[in-house]
Amino acid sequence: MNNSENKSLVYSIKDLNLWYGDTKALKNISIDIPEKEVIAIIGPSGCGKSTFIKTLNRMVELVPSVKTEGSIHYKKLDIKKAKVESLRTEVGMVFQKPNPFPKSIYDNIAYGPRIHGIKDKKTLDEVVERSLRGAALWEEVKDRLDENAFGLSGGQQQRVCIARALAVEPDVILMDEPTSALDPLSTAKIEDLIHELRKNYSIIIVTHNMQQAARISDKTAFFLNGEVIEFDATERMYSNPKDKRTDDYISGKFG
Amino acid sequence: MKITIRERIKKNKAKQSYQNTIEKAMPLLFFLMASLSILVTLGIIYTLLRETIMFFTHISLFDFITGTEWYPFFENNPSYGIWPLLSGTFTIAIIAMLVAVPIGLASAIYLSEYASDRSRRILKPILEVLAGVPTVVYGLFALTFVTPLMQTFVTDLPIFNALSPGIVVGIMIIPQITSLSQEAMNAVPQSVRDGAYALGATRLEVALKIVIPGSFSGIVSSLVLGLSRAIGETMIVSTAAGSTPNLGFTPTESIQTMTSYIVQVSMGDATFGSTIYYSIYAVGMTLFLFTLIMNILANHISRKYREVY
Repeated sequence: MNNSENKSLVYSIKDLNLWYGDTKALKNISIDIPEKEVIAIIGPSGCGKSTFIKTLNRMVELVPSVKTEGSIHYKKLDIKKAKVESLRTEVGMVFQKPNPFPKSIYDNIAYGPRIHGIKDKKTLDEVVERSLRGAALWEEVKDRLDENAFGLSGGQQQRVCIARALAVEPDVILMDEPTSALDPLSTAKIEDLIHELRKNYSIIIVTHNMQQAARISDKTAFFLNGEVIEFDATERMYSNPKDKRTDDYISGKFG
Repeated sequence: MKITIRERIKKNKAKQSYQNTIEKAMPLLFFLMASLSILVTLGIIYTLLRETIMFFTHISLFDFITGTEWYPFFENNPSYGIWPLLSGTFTIAIIAMLVAVPIGLASAIYLSEYASDRSRRILKPILEVLAGVPTVVYGLFALTFVTPLMQTFVTDLPIFNALSPGIVVGIMIIPQITSLSQEAMNAVPQSVRDGAYALGATRLEVALKIVIPGSFSGIVSSLVLGLSRAIGETMIVSTAAGSTPNLGFTPTESIQTMTSYIVQVSMGDATFGSTIYYSIYAVGMTLFLFTLIMNILANHISRKYREVY
């Protein structure tokens, strides 16, 4: 893999600990995430991988009784000091289950720009087209932008959600198991799309499909019981894991 | 000897003819019960219709729906124009909605979007107690508390007026609007809210631009149901609004609604078969039509805008 060590960092996480009530979900996580790469987070269910990416845009704070310690810097900015709304415009997110708004396709994509004060029709038209093209959906929906997004297939809905995230022109896209609710064909489409997106965006993707992580990511972090066991270039980790537990997980001995 | 389960089941099956009869009889019973309420409704409509038709043999339908004066008690020259009663009814309904819509919706948004689980568990039952207060108590509240209070603001407010019963009818329908709207808002899945938060939306933006549009059908039908209750409300207006049929929007004067006219005549001694006697059915029919239209409207709106998550 390319020498990402020279790239500038998009995230720098130090000694991150997180509790849900009394349960500790993340333990002493310290990793640096380089820019414009695809980072896969793998690990068995309940290992804290979803919790981890939700700390990156502070979505985890929507859960009552959550407590965090340690520091997360997004491009040298301490995210605790950042305004959460502006952090989330720079760090987009795509969720496990497609969650389009109960609105037209057009309004779904225009929602982000609109709440941030962009109202003129011409700009919005452009943003909608550009974002849908970016999410490889334009050709399929350009004639029915006024239709409710709920009428689309699951895979198309997920691409609406990706387009919706692209519309506010983020630098980072967080993806929380974005293909787990999709069929293999839609999954392949999303994976192709991720491949395209990595040219312009930093992507951090949670997946419990190890083949997927191998296919799409530059680097992989293996989480287990709230800890990062190993974080390395994907190729290296899959061919030559340093930790026994990583080896066991990748070779399917548990998980 | 040990009796196996299988043998016991066999034994029980022997009794089945009796069970079969019950199995067959019960659906019939349920059907009859369900038909009963439909039959009662039909019976009500029949009575209403029969007496209404009798009324229109005395007074022309045209005079009834175009007349602007309602003086049934004038011995020599009574007039039966429905408009003063309609305007009285809608004066009350408008004031009630002006009170209930903002308060009801704001409380629904608070309960659904802002309140913690704990405060929701405390506040919702308290709010629903309001729905259990008998309307006669609300009527007294309007007459003996709200009216004197209003008189400190509007000095020449008569003791019977449209303003205070209007406000109190509004208070009465708040719980219904809040409760139904909040349920509609709750039906918007958290994942949809998360999608908006992840785009940098604030709590208020999520509430106003995601949750309200997403639960629009439920909210509107709660409002229409509230309106139809306000139109049909009887006890509060009979107690506190007076009995002066007044055409126009006159909140600071005594008025009469359709319902309070019906009460007034029913309480008095209208001779059976007199025009006044039949008039309460014609008024009742009008009221029935209005609430029917409201309910059909609510149904239609909720079906048209319903989001299935």
